[in-house]
Amino acid sequence: MSIEMTKAETPGVPLLEVRDLHVEFRTREGAAKAVNGVSYSVDAGETLAVLGESGSGKSVTAQTIMGILDTPPGRVTGGQILYRGEDLLTLPEEARRRVRGDKIAMIFQDALSALNPVLTVGNQLGEMFRVHRGFSRKAAKAKAVELMDRVRIPAAKERVNDYPHQFSGGMRQRIMIAMALALEPDVIIADEPTTALDVTVQAQVMDLLAELQRDFHMGLILITHDLGVVADVADKIAVMYAGRIVENAPVHELYKRPAHPYTRGLLDSIPRLDHKGKELYAIKGLPPSLTAIPSGCAFNPRCAMAQDICRTDVPAQVDVTERDGSPLGGRSSACHFWKETIHG
Amino acid sequence: MPDALEKEAVPTAGGPATVAVVEAGPAPGRARSLWSDAWRDLRRKPTFVIPAFVIALLLVMAAFPGWFTSVSPREADLANNFLREPELTHFFSPEWLGYNQQGQSIYARMIYGTRASIVIGISVTALVLVFGSLVGMLAGYFGGWIDGLLSRVIDIFLGIPFLLGAMVVLVSFDTRTEWTVILALAFLGWTTIARVMRGSVISIKQSDYVVAARSLGAGTWRILLRHVLPNAAAPVIVVAMIALGGYITAEAVLSFLGIGLTEPAISWGGDINRAGGQIRTASFLLLYPSLLLGITILSFLMLGDAVRDALDPKLR
Repeated sequence: MSIEMTKAETPGVPLLEVRDLHVEFRTREGAAKAVNGVSYSVDAGETLAVLGESGSGKSVTAQTIMGILDTPPGRVTGGQILYRGEDLLTLPEEARRRVRGDKIAMIFQDALSALNPVLTVGNQLGEMFRVHRGFSRKAAKAKAVELMDRVRIPAAKERVNDYPHQFSGGMRQRIMIAMALALEPDVIIADEPTTALDVTVQAQVMDLLAELQRDFHMGLILITHDLGVVADVADKIAVMYAGRIVENAPVHELYKRPAHPYTRGLLDSIPRLDHKGKELYAIKGLPPSLTAIPSGCAFNPRCAMAQDICRTDVPAQVDVTERDGSPLGGRSSACHFWKETIHG
Repeated sequence: MPDALEKEAVPTAGGPATVAVVEAGPAPGRARSLWSDAWRDLRRKPTFVIPAFVIALLLVMAAFPGWFTSVSPREADLANNFLREPELTHFFSPEWLGYNQQGQSIYARMIYGTRASIVIGISVTALVLVFGSLVGMLAGYFGGWIDGLLSRVIDIFLGIPFLLGAMVVLVSFDTRTEWTVILALAFLGWTTIARVMRGSVISIKQSDYVVAARSLGAGTWRILLRHVLPNAAAPVIVVAMIALGGYITAEAVLSFLGIGLTEPAISWGGDINRAGGQIRTASFLLLYPSLLLGITILSFLMLGDAVRDALDPKLR
């Protein structure tokens, strides 16, 4: 209820903030620590890209925000998820359900499997209005056509009664986006929205998403492992490794001067034209098992710069400064040797 | 460099250039769902059309027996018709299939006996479908202790042999109407459906669209009824259709054993039972009701089979 009242933007309070989130999964091998103290925030009109490889905890964080984590085996062991300053994790289930889809919506990776095969797309788009707004069937369908027009599906009026499998991959992802946008939420979480698409279609869908985000002035959390996708649309980046954020930075700063060896490794492994003929760089080794995260810095077994301190002490998030000592706005790194990394 | 570019543009060097069609989905056309696909498949299959026609005829016979014969199945004329042989050329007349030891027309009794078999078969299936689906759906969707509890109850009921259990239940009633038999069979028969539904729901609830519906704020019942149930229904319906034939058999078997429907109810199983004693002198008493019973059961089984084939994409 208080969520309705604080509808107006409060200055100083981020739209959505994740604070020191811890999530575990019970497994046969003991607790798998999928998320170990993740903090990030996003404001209206801002795009945060969460970057990381498979198993780094980026999707689990998103699922926890949405409240669709399977519990058990999943369990939130600590932290807060603040929407306009209110902790979603302490909200009763019914209140939380009303936030889902209405205030915070999610776009899934594979639109074919995320759309119900036995219901027409119009039916599913309209469902949003029927669940949250109590629309009649007819009004909901009219809204569905409107939304399909908005995401530029040709001949929306005729296609509203088609089933998901009758659409192409790109069109399906547009429908997914339309579904998430339906109630004009404040925050959209897009979990690898373009991974399942052709490269040419990826760009179209990404552009559409960025455009809609601007028009609706939403906060967008873009979860991805594709550095190319991030560069064009994101404002800031949070890089995750083994359930922890290792670097926070505005997007161009990060590309120019990474402040964590892992980020640098990622950037170095992008194929580049001027490196033609040379062997492509790859980060050695594999991401750690979440049931046995290395002590100290989780990245130390794969890091070329690792010293003894990296094996014993967990590095804290520190604000990154310029060579002259002046702090860089919004940048932080969790590396004992960030100075050497950023300046070297 | 130019060489590399050319190779990229025309992947099949030498052969005709294949044009990659970007974003070419299935052509927009008539809406095709799993069910409409199945229907298009089925209506051209004789293994579906023939049993469907027979079943339709049986349904009409059950609903309007008077359309098929002018005599009452209870009218007994011992003076003229005691065990009279069939007149096989007198189609659809009372004497067509002969008379029984009470001088009743066998043909008329077969027509009127349809109702008991069909009503019991369909009612038991309907009850089992509703109750079994509900239990299976709740067990499958909620899991945890609810699943544990319901699954154990299912196990207990599965431990009771179907026919033997039905006998024990029915013997305790002196007069048994259709409803007694229906409830007894449904009471013991719902577990198969519940099991199939449970398994089906467990696989459906993990699919992305259920998670998506949840993330868009749909409530539990909405998810269950609109997203889970329609997707989980196909295997359950197939099992129910095949089971329908089984319930008709069960009713006939029980009536044959004398613990199904009691007089004055007319049932194929009862007539077959009474014909047993005369099998050497008047085998036609046994032959025709058995034949109709066989055709009925076979029709339902074939229908179920055809529907299963049509709904299962792996068997196409």
